[in-house]
Amino acid sequence: MISLHSISRSFGDRRVLRDVAFDVAAGRMTGFVGGNGAGKTTTMRIILGVLAADSGRVELDGAEITQRDRARFGYMPEERGLYPKMKVLEQLVYLARLHGMSSAAAKRSAEGLVERLGLSERANDTLESLSLGNQQRAQIAAALVHEPIALVLDEPFSGLDPIAVEVMLGVLRDFAAQGAPVLFSSHQLDIVERLCDDVVVIADGSIRAAGSREALRAEHSGSTFELELAGGTADAGWVREQPGVEVTHLDGRFARFDASADAAQAVLASAVARGPVARFAPVTPSLAQIFREVIR
Amino acid sequence: MTTTAPRAAAQPGPANSVGLAWLVAEREITTRVRSKAFLVSTGILLLLVLASVLLGGFASKLGGDTKVAVVGTAGEVLEQAPGFDVQQADDRSAAEKLVRSGDVDAAVVPGGSGAGGVTVLAKDSAPSSLVQLLSVQPEVKLLEPLDKNPMLAYFIAIGFGIVFMMSAVTFGTTIAQSVVEEKQTRIVEILLATVPARVMLAGKIIGNSILALAQVIAIIALASLGMLATGQDLLFGDLGTALIWFGVLFAFGFVLLATLYAATAALVSRQEDVGSVTSPVMMLVMIPYVLIIVFNSDPEVLGIMSYVPFSAPVGMPMRLYLGIAEWWEPLVAIAILLVTIALVIGLGARIYENSILRTGSRVKLAEAIKG
Repeated sequence: MISLHSISRSFGDRRVLRDVAFDVAAGRMTGFVGGNGAGKTTTMRIILGVLAADSGRVELDGAEITQRDRARFGYMPEERGLYPKMKVLEQLVYLARLHGMSSAAAKRSAEGLVERLGLSERANDTLESLSLGNQQRAQIAAALVHEPIALVLDEPFSGLDPIAVEVMLGVLRDFAAQGAPVLFSSHQLDIVERLCDDVVVIADGSIRAAGSREALRAEHSGSTFELELAGGTADAGWVREQPGVEVTHLDGRFARFDASADAAQAVLASAVARGPVARFAPVTPSLAQIFREVIR
Repeated sequence: MTTTAPRAAAQPGPANSVGLAWLVAEREITTRVRSKAFLVSTGILLLLVLASVLLGGFASKLGGDTKVAVVGTAGEVLEQAPGFDVQQADDRSAAEKLVRSGDVDAAVVPGGSGAGGVTVLAKDSAPSSLVQLLSVQPEVKLLEPLDKNPMLAYFIAIGFGIVFMMSAVTFGTTIAQSVVEEKQTRIVEILLATVPARVMLAGKIIGNSILALAQVIAIIALASLGMLATGQDLLFGDLGTALIWFGVLFAFGFVLLATLYAATAALVSRQEDVGSVTSPVMMLVMIPYVLIIVFNSDPEVLGIMSYVPFSAPVGMPMRLYLGIAEWWEPLVAIAILLVTIALVIGLGARIYENSILRTGSRVKLAEAIKG
């Protein structure tokens, strides 16, 4: 587990991170969402030690993280890049060795990965001679070649072609399944919603929400309900008159409203008293809705 | 190089900073050695060095000794003087014939009104060395004699200057481009996640210094072989110590320059900007080159140059060649160089660390130092 404890960082007078704290649990995929400039990249750079925090701690399994731990992390920065004039396989072997692998192990791992990602035929070509899709695969390989114990990926899906997205998804799932902590940031909330076990929301340098996807949804679903009456001529307009209820959407026999749990039950009771009810349920917000709500 | 090791080890990093630095250095070397452009330009440089040494050898042979015909005892003084090939002639007319036919450059015959009582016969102009030898000259006492041929000293100065400048600029530019390549392609962020910035910098400096030193050693070896092969043993004997010190001082001097090249290059994010941002460092290479050629026989300027860290690699060997440096002076120059290297590496590493992740517009030097 990777834990961040009250991390703060400023660039000059600009405070970029303010008491950032969250956990990336082992074996779980954690999505890191936030707008541009919210502090995602800075946070990830601090986890990797590429940037130093002004204050706060990063821990791995409860102990302060060391450079040696970090060397075993897999990292994909938002700004992609490899050596354009270096051969793909050679480049991967070099990166693996920089991460502390022996020359033989590095070669083995690089060859295996190149094969798994379908780059075998281009392994001895320079990176710049590859197609864009293959360059993306090489980039993925660069983050994995040293058999990392944790993954930190900054916008791993941005700019990927659909096939590379599938490759990336497979890689992330495999890693989490092996029990490694996986943290990735994304603008694409639908991907995060589909993939993640845990979600961390950052805005303006501070963490606005963090927890498992279900818990977050439950937490933010409390106040909105939907009521749909049965019968062709039913009209839900009366809901507006109910005490403690604020209707946000009304359309014939359908009403969506914010209310406390008790007030909502009262609405349901009077609906049943008035006639048949087709549906009554609390609204489970999408991640996009939660996001909009927490960054307000 | 030696000063970076403890620095790197003191970093809270993976235990094996030295191993990491060496990996980085190794890549710098193999990348360069495999580049065709590098191999071709090095080949041409080495060929030029060999050609100039060989040409110098042949030229001095062609000049050769001045052939002089002598009648009777008129040319006794010539027997002891170097540079003359003396042959006896029976009488004045025989000597004249030899001169006219071109078998000898000049003849010395008895008689004549000048001092020494001899006459020099020559076709259209008399060899000045011969006239000089036979003339009565006022006594000359040099207070600070340079016992070396000034023309030769001039060419040797140019030689030191060119080799220093070419190697420093070639490999200085190489390290600068390598720094910017990593910044421009953004791979630097992946690298920094596993290699501390200072270790990266150390590896780059080590790699390029090894390349630069290897090139200089190759040049020195080739020049030495050329001199020995063309029978310029005398020159080689005079130059030997100077050449060795040139190699040693260059090795350390280049570490200094490489650090500055790498640190300044880290300020920019595009190859197009490398030239302008490293131009102050280029000046530090060019100034010693110009000075050594202009002031190759000025003991005072050379004296200062031989202690200033940037010009010591050319200044000190020149003084050693001219025989105006004590044996301990190069050691002092090295000590000054080492202290400077330690300071500059500290500063350079700071600039590099603080700028390497800041892509986009050029980082201001003050900000890079402040962090």
